[in-house]
Amino acid sequence: MDFTPTEDRRMIGDSLRRYLADQYPIEHRNQVAYEGDFHDPAKWAELAELGILGALVSEEDGGFGGAGFDITTVFEEMGRAICAEPMLGNLMALRLYAAHGEAERIEAIIAGAEKAAFGFDESDAYGDLDSITTSASGDTLTGRKTVVYGGHCADHILVAAQSGGGKLGLYEVAAADAEVLSYAMIDGAGAAEIILDKTKARCLAEDARDAIELALDAGRVALCAEAVGAMDVLKVMTKDYLMQRQQFGRPIALFQALQHRLVDFSIEIEQARSITIHAAAKLDEGDAKARALAVAQAKNLIGRAGKLVAEEAVQMHGGIGMTWEYSGSHYAKRLIMIDHQLGDTEDQLRTAMALSDIAESA
Amino acid sequence: MDLNFTSEEEAFRQEVRDFLKDNLSEELATKVRNGRDLNKADMENWHATLNRQGWLAPGWPVEHGGTDWNSVHMHIFEEELARANAPRTVPFGLNMLGPVLIKFGTEEQKATILPRILSGEDWWCQGYSEPGAGSDLASLKTRAIRDGDDYIINGQKTWTTLGQFANKIFCLVRTSTEGKRQEGISFILVDLETPGIEMRPIKLIEGGYEVNEVFFTDVRVPAANMVGEENMGWTIAKYLLGHERTNIAGVGASSEALSQLKALARKVKRKGKPLAQDPIFAAKVAEVEIDLEAMRMTNLRMLSGVADAQGSVSSMLKIKGTVIRQAINDLSRRALGATAAPFPSEDVIGNYAIAPAEAASNAANYFNNRKLSIFGGSNEIQRNIIAKETFGA
Repeated sequence: MDFTPTEDRRMIGDSLRRYLADQYPIEHRNQVAYEGDFHDPAKWAELAELGILGALVSEEDGGFGGAGFDITTVFEEMGRAICAEPMLGNLMALRLYAAHGEAERIEAIIAGAEKAAFGFDESDAYGDLDSITTSASGDTLTGRKTVVYGGHCADHILVAAQSGGGKLGLYEVAAADAEVLSYAMIDGAGAAEIILDKTKARCLAEDARDAIELALDAGRVALCAEAVGAMDVLKVMTKDYLMQRQQFGRPIALFQALQHRLVDFSIEIEQARSITIHAAAKLDEGDAKARALAVAQAKNLIGRAGKLVAEEAVQMHGGIGMTWEYSGSHYAKRLIMIDHQLGDTEDQLRTAMALSDIAESA
Repeated sequence: MDLNFTSEEEAFRQEVRDFLKDNLSEELATKVRNGRDLNKADMENWHATLNRQGWLAPGWPVEHGGTDWNSVHMHIFEEELARANAPRTVPFGLNMLGPVLIKFGTEEQKATILPRILSGEDWWCQGYSEPGAGSDLASLKTRAIRDGDDYIINGQKTWTTLGQFANKIFCLVRTSTEGKRQEGISFILVDLETPGIEMRPIKLIEGGYEVNEVFFTDVRVPAANMVGEENMGWTIAKYLLGHERTNIAGVGASSEALSQLKALARKVKRKGKPLAQDPIFAAKVAEVEIDLEAMRMTNLRMLSGVADAQGSVSSMLKIKGTVIRQAINDLSRRALGATAAPFPSEDVIGNYAIAPAEAASNAANYFNNRKLSIFGGSNEIQRNIIAKETFGA
């Protein structure tokens, strides 16, 4: 057993960390994340040049990574910088294109020439592929996808839709052909409502259920790693603040009640890191049920740990933690809102309950 | 022990309901229900409406424009206001400065200031916290130095809520650096029009503006503006914080937030069924309802004056009240799933609402209400108060 990252992954992680620290500091992040394009197109192109998107795809599909640990390596750094670039949407799209042999698209996305996003949630179908109502008719799609991450800047939107006969198909819509309503999210970065009304669509597969589940699980592992990165930073900020803030004639870090709270959430961060590693490993194994269980367990724990860390960090900072100007508040928002993406704590708990052997008879 | 309201109290409840039905516009109630920011005119109009009825400052003595209500009436009144989604009145003049002047003010201060609070001519804000004096309020440094018939004030206050709408501020200032820190603090009233004052907005976590920094540079204030004696500000501050805290329990507001949460859970779907039918989510709602039910009773016990631990009860209510409210906000945000995500000003794009209108601010309100356990004496400070009483040191 060896928990050391491979040399290649260490290099990708290090160079991404250096790049983001240098080129994507929090002031810049907050400038681009909430207005305008809700991200920085120039920085996206540079991330592609650095090979970050290629790291998300396997060699046989045209990249040079693509394993669970490649995803966690990239997204942990995204989380440390709470980078607002549309990495999640493109990750899921890359996985879906790879599953359907779309080499041309993959090449264009890895090169930074094109961007894609994946629409799955609907207002009455959140984290629920069985309730999707968007449907195909001939070579068109009709329906509405809600909160499509990265949909605001995508050239292509992949859409999960009913293909008939109870099957879930995968379609590609040109963003230019759909009604795309873009907006900033409360924790920064962009999303879009995608309105489809007999919109021209290309069918990638009439039954794409397994590929969609796998792409969503890859996205969940990415979010777990992003949360771990964000939690690590927020912990250091909180510790530094407690040591620097003087009240009652001493640094408040000297109050044992506060020390214990920081220790408690530090323990949860280590638990979160561990379960993310567990889920990343399972992502690459063939056993779909074991994978789905591990991923649900990870995202459930991440949801709980993220909430604890975000709320405790804000509370221990006092008023400063409530301000927009203090970067910690944006980390706290990101941690809370990660739980809303790709199924929240309760959704993951439902999955974990269904897939574990809790209910099996003795 | 009789836990029922008397028929007189029930009649009073009906009177309040009738008043709200006739005087609270649907438009304003909807704004409050949907968690939207109220503008200055919204707040002023509601203030004037309550004033016309004589219900604006029910806790003040009748001679100053208050009511003869007992604590049960006050409780019913607050419960009905919250239930009807009436705006909360701005507390700084009504619940903070008013009671302070009534207890510590000169006859002249009472006669000139109290009517202007009621009429809305004066909008008061609070100058307590400083960048270096939050939980440790007694370490405040803003100086007021006597100069003839005036004081000259220099320093900085922060977290001044709704200061952008105010024309007056009451401040805790340091008038002595001798002896115990608490003994060198005074309570003084300042007109915000006075030269040398600058108010700067602070943007909050969710993107809204409701607090400010206030800078004082050689601000000249008449000595007659001091409330109480010089250096007795700490006594006044402690008295005032007691008043602030009982409002923070917010049983009525939490009850209303809980019923909105239930309505939302019945409306949104998870796995093809209303979220309210999901046992995991429903269990969490039921749990917070249990806590709220208990707090309602704790609050009534305190109001009727028979609760055991008198001094620290308001601290307990502040902790429990804010934690319950935050738990409801948390579930209200979660109920939306992915659709909680849009930035609050962007929840309707074109003709498309992303989340139900009444819930579109749920994530923003969750983030904003993290303040509840921080302001008005953080929950950590409230625990210190209870611990001090429990252990006697």
